[in-house]
Amino acid sequence: MSTVTNGNAVDAAPVRPMVKAEAVRKSFGSTEVLKGIDLEVAPREVMCVVGPSGSGKSTFLRCVNHLEKIDSGRLSVDGRLVGYREKGGKLHELKESEVAAQRRDIGMVFQRFNLFPHMTALENVTEAPVQVKGLKKDACRDLGAALLERVGLGNRIHSYPNQLSGGQQQRVAIARALAMEPKLMLFDEPTSALDPELVGEVLDVMRGLAESGMTMLVVTHEMGFAREVGDTLVFMDDGAVVEAGSPKQVLTDPQHERTRAFLSKVL
Amino acid sequence: MASDTSTRPAPPEPIQAVPVRHPGRWVAAAVIAVLAAMFVHMLVTNPVFQWGFMFDNMFSSGVLRGARTTLVMTVLAMLLGILFGIVVAVMRLSPNPIVAGASWAYVWFFRAIPRIVLLFFCANLGALYATYELGFPFDRQLMDLFGFSSDLRFLGLDGNEIFSGFFAGLLGLVLSEAAYMAEIVRAGIQSVDPGQTEAASALGMSRGKTLRRIVLPQAMRVIGPPTGNETIAMLKDTSLLLAVPVTTELNFQLRAIGSRTFQIIPMAVASILWYLALTSLLMVAQHFIEKRFSRGFGGRETRQQRAEREARSVGSTH
Repeated sequence: MSTVTNGNAVDAAPVRPMVKAEAVRKSFGSTEVLKGIDLEVAPREVMCVVGPSGSGKSTFLRCVNHLEKIDSGRLSVDGRLVGYREKGGKLHELKESEVAAQRRDIGMVFQRFNLFPHMTALENVTEAPVQVKGLKKDACRDLGAALLERVGLGNRIHSYPNQLSGGQQQRVAIARALAMEPKLMLFDEPTSALDPELVGEVLDVMRGLAESGMTMLVVTHEMGFAREVGDTLVFMDDGAVVEAGSPKQVLTDPQHERTRAFLSKVL
Repeated sequence: MASDTSTRPAPPEPIQAVPVRHPGRWVAAAVIAVLAAMFVHMLVTNPVFQWGFMFDNMFSSGVLRGARTTLVMTVLAMLLGILFGIVVAVMRLSPNPIVAGASWAYVWFFRAIPRIVLLFFCANLGALYATYELGFPFDRQLMDLFGFSSDLRFLGLDGNEIFSGFFAGLLGLVLSEAAYMAEIVRAGIQSVDPGQTEAASALGMSRGKTLRRIVLPQAMRVIGPPTGNETIAMLKDTSLLLAVPVTTELNFQLRAIGSRTFQIIPMAVASILWYLALTSLLMVAQHFIEKRFSRGFGGRETRQQRAEREARSVGSTH
């Protein structure tokens, strides 16, 4: 499988990729979910990953911030191996605290939001800056309020998650991830658990984020979003990358039979 | 509102039907009323109760001090039991099989032993060793091995002194309570959605912080009610301290008056009333603590949110 870069990144060939996966493999028991993934995400690139359920796209995303350990291959974020350190030609597992430090730079948004239900929207957003970065609570209040304002929830900062709609909860989750000022944002089917009329507000926030230059890796079923916002579209099936390229090209002129079959079902 | 009704159409005629009769309920109520009357009659007419004597003696200084000891013992035993129980619960969830196994063995052992038996044993630890010392494990054996004849101990306490009365009682109750609390805390921790831990990890929070800030506060909702029950049970179980014995405890004091004056029944009733009152007090406290930890789950508004909502609705109607 050839590596994929978007139009911008081709000109600036020496730019270090934000995410680089080489022959990444992962099994759960005897089931191989990732069968050698090669991918590159350039800084400021928005890569959308689509594919049928069970194709391994969510697992790959979880590997990027070490929520799952890969079995073989190499996976690095911003030039640093995920979960390991290379010393004298040997890999050493990172300590828990070092893994935590790596994850600080990688924001993640989950399908089921995973907001902290015992905290208000504002507390959800400020929790990590206060507890992880050790910032002052008062300083974070303004940061948190500004971030919630940015996702359009400036008037709901004292609401608890169960008082918010799904779309509002997911926007809080995005603000929470942004509070750590990540270099890379991972989205794991961020709109799949939402009622159809709430999908748009979340995609709008993501679109704004992409326009601000955030590097994003998005697992999604929203083909419209992938076409409009994505720089690259990757189609995965059965644990492998089947096809990758510009969204327009993949969506209008798929090269593989499996891509065609999938797209005919979802478009 | 009243002026509105004149302009609205008349409400439809309500249904006028003969309700179903429930003669069984009336019979049951009558039987209960008769039994209650008989009970009150007995309380008033039976001279053995000696109400005047009871009220004169149930608030004596010894009894009041006993009530204080009982409350202090309950609070201390529960606090230490909960802290120790959290440690045992976290050990139980450890990926290390030896740590998890030790925790399982602890719970198995201390849940199997009746509290009164454990208290009696703790009270007599002074008979096992005369002095209890803190130092390097197997120090004498190791020093022998290297040809020295000294030891490595820094603190020595007289066994008969420390394992008497209050401390022995507290030790027994804490060891026992920690085993029950460990199971309650473990169930609480396991009830929290694993997605919560994942979200905290993804934000770069350490395991310890995730447990303290994210998992335990949510587990408290599940841990709270059984812990309240444990506290009430603990209050009652302080009466088992007579096995040590802790002579300053409430029930001991009330019984002592009863035995001294041969007024057994009045002081037994006094004991019942005391525990009833203290338990009711704890139930009120439990109610407020549970309310505190259901934040974000019951859909109740905070004061600030209510103010905001009201401000919004005022803004929209005027």
